[in-house]
Amino acid sequence: MTPLTGYLLVAALLFAIGLAGALTRRNAILVLIGIELMLNAANLNLIAFWRYSPHPEALTGMMFAIFSIAVAAAEAAVGLGLVISIHRHAHTTDLDQMNRMKG
Amino acid sequence: MQETISFTPQIAPSAITGILWLIPAVPMLAAGVIALLKQPKRKTASTLAIGSLGFSLVLALIAFAHVLSGWMNGQAVRETVNFTWIQVGFSHVDLGWVLDPLSAIMLVMVTFVGLLIFIYSTGYMAHDENYTRFFCFLSLFAGAMLGVVIANSILLLFMCWELVGLTSYLLIGFWYFKPSAAAAAKKAFLTTRIGDVFFLLGIVWLFGQTGTLLFYNGGSGSMELSALTGLLQQHAAFGLTAATAIGLLIFAGAAGKSGQFPLHVWLPDAMEGPTPVSALIHAATMVAAGVYLIARVYPLMQAGALAGGTTTSLTVVTWVGAFTAVFAALIAVAQNDIKRILAYSTVSQLGYMMAGLGMGGVAVGMFHLITHAFFKALLFMGAGSVIHGCHEEQDIRHMGGLKKYMPLTFATYGIGMLALCGVPIFFSGFWSKDGILEAGKHWSVSSAPYYMLVFGAVLTAFYMTRQVSYVFFGAYRGHAHPHESPKSMTTPLAILAFFAIALGAIGTPAWPWFSAFLGNRASALDLHAFAEPAWLMLLLTSCAIVAVGIGISWWLYGSKSPAATEPDVLERAVPPIWAALRDRLYMDELYGVTVIAFYSWWARVADWLDRRVFGGIVSLVAWLFALWAKLNRFLDTNVVDGTFDKSCEEISTGGGLLSSLQSGRAQTYLRILALAVVALAAILIWSSRA
Repeated sequence: MTPLTGYLLVAALLFAIGLAGALTRRNAILVLIGIELMLNAANLNLIAFWRYSPHPEALTGMMFAIFSIAVAAAEAAVGLGLVISIHRHAHTTDLDQMNRMKG
Repeated sequence: MQETISFTPQIAPSAITGILWLIPAVPMLAAGVIALLKQPKRKTASTLAIGSLGFSLVLALIAFAHVLSGWMNGQAVRETVNFTWIQVGFSHVDLGWVLDPLSAIMLVMVTFVGLLIFIYSTGYMAHDENYTRFFCFLSLFAGAMLGVVIANSILLLFMCWELVGLTSYLLIGFWYFKPSAAAAAKKAFLTTRIGDVFFLLGIVWLFGQTGTLLFYNGGSGSMELSALTGLLQQHAAFGLTAATAIGLLIFAGAAGKSGQFPLHVWLPDAMEGPTPVSALIHAATMVAAGVYLIARVYPLMQAGALAGGTTTSLTVVTWVGAFTAVFAALIAVAQNDIKRILAYSTVSQLGYMMAGLGMGGVAVGMFHLITHAFFKALLFMGAGSVIHGCHEEQDIRHMGGLKKYMPLTFATYGIGMLALCGVPIFFSGFWSKDGILEAGKHWSVSSAPYYMLVFGAVLTAFYMTRQVSYVFFGAYRGHAHPHESPKSMTTPLAILAFFAIALGAIGTPAWPWFSAFLGNRASALDLHAFAEPAWLMLLLTSCAIVAVGIGISWWLYGSKSPAATEPDVLERAVPPIWAALRDRLYMDELYGVTVIAFYSWWARVADWLDRRVFGGIVSLVAWLFALWAKLNRFLDTNVVDGTFDKSCEEISTGGGLLSSLQSGRAQTYLRILALAVVALAAILIWSSRA
């Protein structure tokens, strides 16, 4: 069986790729995709820690992951809705131009 | 000679006494209504004024009839209605009115003569543009005067007395656009005010001593026995009793109103008012108020007199009156203004009344007051008719021969003049002056007043004859076209002329109804009184007085008609004396260099004090406050405001810094989030290792 470290490394890699995408992309949809990657990295961590815990027969880790995916799905829906609304309003999805909230 | 019926006092007030207050109230109300009328409502104004006074006359006649019927039934009518006006703790201020023979006679006289003067005014003032205002003041004046007459409380009397003073000021200054009229009004007001100050002191003292303001109050009034006994036991300064001192103070007030020396100076100047005002104020009412006041407080003036004796206050009244009588008559000789002669004559006759009160009692003085009111009103209104007919000419040197042009005025004026001179038997002035002379002859203190009054009577006959010959005889010397006055003016003259003759009948020695009525005695007709040697002597004296006065005057002036520029006959004979008399014996100048000079000096001192001392103190205080304010401003700008501004600046800077964090770029936030996660992870790792 693959050791825990392997999973953690994959998850860390995934998180880093997601973060990089979220920080460097200008397109709002790509930023959202980056954030999804980071969330899935977290989910992978949760599952991995559950499997290698002293009590893998209790389904707590699984439940965490399922809730997290549900929340991520809701977040993605809200995020995409916002992006579509902004696109309709400003005809762009470029985040640099969406700076109306400047203080 | 006289059978004495014992008069029983009647105290319970009757219906007429209950509504006696309406007599002054109705004219006052009319004045208030007229004051609200618009200027063009002339007819309404005069109708209201005359109607209200006519109503008062009817009430006064009813009241008089009531008193008269009581008197005929042997009852001494003295009904009072008193009530408390202000109550403060246990002390209270009482007002009230009284109906007795004295007030009843005065009421009838004032309303009757006043009504005639009102009617006369409708003719005299017909062309005046302030007709409504005139009738407003006249009504107020009549109301105030009637208030003085009915007052049973010395405070009510004083209030109405001051109202009389105020309205006389308004009426004398009616033609206020003339500077002389405005000055005369001011002079009248201030001069009478001097007397009023003493009067007020007397009132306060009387109230303090007796504890009551009422004259008559069923035994506890200030003019009744118990109060007077108390006053006689109190001693004031200089060995005077309180009764005497209060009496003298009240007399000072009466002297101011009645134009007694030395407060007479306002009365001749008051001729600047319209002639009906002169007739109303200087004949029938205002000047009579002083005499009436003395008659009203006569029990006080007389208090302490032994049988047949007199008191200090009455002696003072007599001397002042007698001196005024001669003094004013002398000045009247050398005047050339028709109204001014009458004014000095009034001062002189008021002196007679005062002397009559002082020597002979209430009835003697009051009888002259009543007869004088009629014939002097007649003379003033006659003079007004002459002035009106000669187109506002007042100088007798520019008249003459008017008997041709104004026969009715001449006839009535002649009757008034003969009554004033005291021509025996037929004229009322004779009987009343006779009473005063008789009282003077029997006066116990001195016989000097008697001779002074006799001399005054000669002068009276002299100056009246001079005036009448200047005005009515000889040739006309003016430039206008004299004409007779309208009916509304001559009818009152005729009525007054009738009374100037007829009134004598009620005060003859044979039937002394007037004094009996006032004194609550019975009277009977007794023709033998005419045959008494003492009276015959007096009649002879009177005849001599009149003959001498009129004779000399007629010899000097009669029908001579000198030119207006020509000096007077007497002026040529004795120039210095004439000049002194013409200049009114320098009384005004004397006041000018004494009282007025003192006051203007004192005013300058006060002005200097105000400017330098008090003004300096005020400016110092103001300067101190300004300094304090400057200090405050410095603290405000530099300390309070500085702190505040600084803290505001800081907050603003902080806000700027914080607002730069809020860039509005989602990825910037994300970056900060990432850094925070890294930092968090680092902290966790380090802390787990430690």
